[in-house]
Amino acid sequence: MATSFAAAIRDGLATALAADPNVICFGLGTDDPKGVFGTTLDLHKEFGSDRVFDMPTSEAAMTGFAIGAALNGMRPVMTHQRLDFALLSIDQLVNNAAKWRFMFGGKRGVPITIRMIIGRGWGQGPTHSQSLQSWFAHIPGLKVVMPTTAEDAKGLLLGSIFDDDPVIFLEHRWLHNMQGEVPTGDVRTPLGKARVVRQGDAVTIVAMSYMTVEALHAVDHLAAQGIACDLIDLRSIRPLDWPTVIASVQKTGRLLALDSGHLTGGVAGEIVARIATDHFASLKCAPQRLAAPDVPEATSPALTKTYHVRAEHIAEAVGDMLGREVETASLIAQRSFPHDVPGTWFSGPF
Amino acid sequence: MNPETSRRLLFDMLRIRSVEETIAARYGEQKMRCPTHLSVGQEAVAAAAGAVLRPTDLAVSGHRAHAHYLAKGGSLKAMIAEIYGKVTGCARGKGGSMHLIDESVGFMGSTAIVGGTVPVGIGLSYPMKLNATGQIACVFLGDAVPETGVFFESVNFAVVKQLPVLFLCENNGYSVYSPLSVRQPPGRKLSELVAGFGLTTHHGDGNDARAVYAALSEGVAAIRSGEGPRFYEFETYRWREHCGPNYDNEIGYRSVAEFEAWKLRDPVPALQRALITEAIVTDADVADMQAEIDAEIEEAFAFAKSSPFPPPEDAFTDVYASTAG
Repeated sequence: MATSFAAAIRDGLATALAADPNVICFGLGTDDPKGVFGTTLDLHKEFGSDRVFDMPTSEAAMTGFAIGAALNGMRPVMTHQRLDFALLSIDQLVNNAAKWRFMFGGKRGVPITIRMIIGRGWGQGPTHSQSLQSWFAHIPGLKVVMPTTAEDAKGLLLGSIFDDDPVIFLEHRWLHNMQGEVPTGDVRTPLGKARVVRQGDAVTIVAMSYMTVEALHAVDHLAAQGIACDLIDLRSIRPLDWPTVIASVQKTGRLLALDSGHLTGGVAGEIVARIATDHFASLKCAPQRLAAPDVPEATSPALTKTYHVRAEHIAEAVGDMLGREVETASLIAQRSFPHDVPGTWFSGPF
Repeated sequence: MNPETSRRLLFDMLRIRSVEETIAARYGEQKMRCPTHLSVGQEAVAAAAGAVLRPTDLAVSGHRAHAHYLAKGGSLKAMIAEIYGKVTGCARGKGGSMHLIDESVGFMGSTAIVGGTVPVGIGLSYPMKLNATGQIACVFLGDAVPETGVFFESVNFAVVKQLPVLFLCENNGYSVYSPLSVRQPPGRKLSELVAGFGLTTHHGDGNDARAVYAALSEGVAAIRSGEGPRFYEFETYRWREHCGPNYDNEIGYRSVAEFEAWKLRDPVPALQRALITEAIVTDADVADMQAEIDAEIEEAFAFAKSSPFPPPEDAFTDVYASTAG
């Protein structure tokens, strides 16, 4: 039975809470009537308010609290309704969670999972839309996970919760209503393995999270024009599945790296750099990347019309790399809803 | 206070003082190649806390943690070896003086960012509360910590959840070279500020080891019995420079008169004199203690010096639980 990405997250949390009494789940609004977009709905009724609870607006302290609880045997899952709020806790994430195992000579690690939700469009604006996976992936000691499908949302969340390292688990708000088949039970997907979504020999497209959805539209549109691309959904930014990326580039000779974050210093830049430096001979043309522009996302819909990377940009980039014209007008025409929402299901206010 | 406890306090204070003075004396040899923050002059609070806390209680601290680590029962050999950067150190050379750990005695770690371990301490206490283990978590902190946001966030949540936490503040008057007068308004007492969060607070003389012990004994018993967190502030003084082995009165951030006045209140000879006057120890007892301490310190430094450095490949280990990442 198909279920939503958001329901899959809730399913994963419930599965973890049932599987291990040391799992606790907290964050602002965790037990409120909306349950963080439905992802934590009524879990406190099922598992008790000692294990599923709301918190003060104290992101730094509650992150350190999670670290301390983890050091004393628990597996905390903390949730931020927006990634942007988690920036208040960067000290705890970087100086404590990421380094504890290293700076104390391997004595103990910090098995925490920090969920952060990334917004986009619909007026989310400068402080509700930041896709900062490159920040976290830059820190040795942190792991960074970005699921795209409902199945992966559950499997990778369980994989993250029962991983023995701190995991930053990034959920895109535009994926919450995506439907997909989700296996029942305690299905833990190991971190660090990418998923090959489509296979082809023309261009390797590397994507993550919601960018995979845009890429999928582009790849299927290109396929109808006789261009078959490899589409890789990274699923995990750190560790990053280099063997899968490298094998694909060796097959296609062309790399297009997509990034939901900004261009400068982003994950796409890292992928391009690694392939260009270590596998230059495999390349038939210069590697390319598409990412958010180096400006904050504005609030007004009038100012975001050309801000986001969409399927047509991906298709055009593939055409440029192959030196041929591709048709994109019909791709654009397929979108029957405004540019600043993921689909007709989304009408705000969040 | 029973004589045994009095003797323990004196022994621990003499030991901490001697360790710190030996580090200072040998620091110039360039073999201890990391920042060290000595707490000469502040021994009373650490020793009293060490005597009140149980080995099963958990503690965290900040950058000036040698005394807390030793008082909680941490291994002197492992600490000196860590400062020397040796593989036999308590963090196998990864941490140094500012990152001490000895989980076998409940010292769960000290880190170098002011206030950084305060929330970690309240997190340690959460399973204690849920499982009614009877343990408490002790957060050692300095007087700069109540200037950080994370401190107030942590105290608030500890009160909300009535967590078994002892916030133990050594107020030595300075944050690096910044006196309290540039960091808090005139007349404010930290203990009164924190009391606004709705927990019992206490202010006392941090150079009177037995008074600190008495206050903490009562407070820790209350915390252990489920009365929620408490905040204790003890005034004391840092004799040497913020970071390093030297005296720094000549650089002008504090007056020599202030330093000399505090030196007259040296907590170590004060307790020693009192215990001799009260016939709890004799001069010969003190000499025996000092001889035992000196021998242990000599052995610890010899151990550190003769221990091997970690192999170069250790620089790349301990980042993740497995090699993936």
